[in-house]
Amino acid sequence: MIRIDQLTKYYGNVCAVDGISFEMRKGEILGLLGPNGAGKTTTLRILTGYLKPTSGNIFVKEYNIHDHALEIRKLIGYLPEAAPIYPDMIVYDYLRFVADLRGLSGEAVGRRIRELAGLCGISEVMHKTIHELSKGYKQRVGLAHAMMSDPEILVLDEPTSGLDPNQIVEIRDIIREIGREKTVILSTHILSEAEATCDRIVIIHRGAIAADGTTDALKRDGGAEYAVHVSLALNDFEPVREAFSRVPGVAETRLVRAENGALDLSLTCREARDLRPEIYRVIRDHDWDLLEFGRQDRTLETIFRQLTREN
Amino acid sequence: MRNARIIFARELKGFLVSPIAYIVISIFLIVTGWFFFSTFFLYNQAELRTFFGLLPVTFSFIVPAVTMRLFSEEFNAGSYELLKTQPVRSLDVVLGKFMAAAVLVAIMLVPTLSYGIFISFIGDLDWGPWVGGYIGALLLGAAFSAVGLFASSLTRNQIIALITGMAICFFLTLIDKMLFFLPEGAVGVFQYLGADYHFQNIARGILDSRDILYFLSVSFVMLYGTHLVLEERT
Repeated sequence: MIRIDQLTKYYGNVCAVDGISFEMRKGEILGLLGPNGAGKTTTLRILTGYLKPTSGNIFVKEYNIHDHALEIRKLIGYLPEAAPIYPDMIVYDYLRFVADLRGLSGEAVGRRIRELAGLCGISEVMHKTIHELSKGYKQRVGLAHAMMSDPEILVLDEPTSGLDPNQIVEIRDIIREIGREKTVILSTHILSEAEATCDRIVIIHRGAIAADGTTDALKRDGGAEYAVHVSLALNDFEPVREAFSRVPGVAETRLVRAENGALDLSLTCREARDLRPEIYRVIRDHDWDLLEFGRQDRTLETIFRQLTREN
Repeated sequence: MRNARIIFARELKGFLVSPIAYIVISIFLIVTGWFFFSTFFLYNQAELRTFFGLLPVTFSFIVPAVTMRLFSEEFNAGSYELLKTQPVRSLDVVLGKFMAAAVLVAIMLVPTLSYGIFISFIGDLDWGPWVGGYIGALLLGAAFSAVGLFASSLTRNQIIALITGMAICFFLTLIDKMLFFLPEGAVGVFQYLGADYHFQNIARGILDSRDILYFLSVSFVMLYGTHLVLEERT
């Protein structure tokens, strides 16, 4: 459906996107994840035709962005970050304007606007001017705008940024609802959001792809690594560290917190098999009083941190 | 063309619901009305020469005030991103916005028709220059709208757009007044560049194709320039 090929974009001497390539299947919800300034927005802006790439190409169906900009724009519904809609317009007038530009006509316009008002939950603000709306409603109007012509592809740039937790859940529900039939590509720097809404995640860092895969696959590979959390009723860290470091497979023993005579430890394990029995044996042999014990698998968060850590 | 029409309708409505349009129209009517009537009874002539004589100067600062927001505001608010990613050619956007500005300038001229009607009651108005004057005013308004639109496409700051637009309009208006500074060979060229020179020709009631062509070329060059500026904004 979409193929991004060696996409590169320079702003003057600054490289925003550096040779990104990936493909998207029809019906996929893809999350573009990365820290601020990683090149997410630039990539989406090139895909939607707002910016031109310095080099590289994007293919959407049989079209490419250099020769068929208009055809591609017809296939894509786009919601830019913060939904910068004309502030002086009335919601209904704005949606009508978009419907006209998108080539809807006659009765279809009214019907489509009513449908979208229902889907996005904006029926009660149809006659307000846009600058009166809260961020959440503005974002919904933006979504309705993006979906006006029932496009095959939806591009959403940070669709939940700046919303309160309730609004975030509502917008996510709408996106999932849309994602059943459409190809959706959304950018975010919120990991839980990507995990909750996307089938697949592409992590970009400094303009290049750092990881690409389903959330499960990302957690699985990148080296078998997990943490074991241990809490002991002890005061001295040194002997504990020494004892654990003798367990084969334990790469690092880190002191998380020491207070009220208790040590919170995090043991980094680089081994596919479960090291908990061996760690427990060490604790038992030393006759330490165990307060807490548990395994933490890699979360998307730890992967993200590892991949996007500066240097 | 369908898209240009849609954008034209939105822009014109945007003008008519915003207070700026009414403020600018009021200022225009006050300025032209005052200049016209303060000297009208001195000359004892049933003609609109003072009104049309000053029109290029008045338009030089009024029209860029009308057009300054057309692109600058969109760049600044970010709504241009929404417009640009619609399946619309930038040429349609340019034409739609240009027509909206030109029509607003035409609307602005409507109340001044009363000057002519007023004069026809108290004297014998020569209708030839009157018709010519208004045709010239429409052409001049359209050309300056194109200039203002171009200035607006250069920047996200409306004040800069206004000043740039005014500077180009004043240059076009006043260039043929500066001819004595120029070497003889260049006089013809610069006289041809002067908007005031061509406008006054038409306002005398003489419709010469050269004068009409001048305003159409200025409009065309400026609109094409706007189109190029938009294409280069990446």
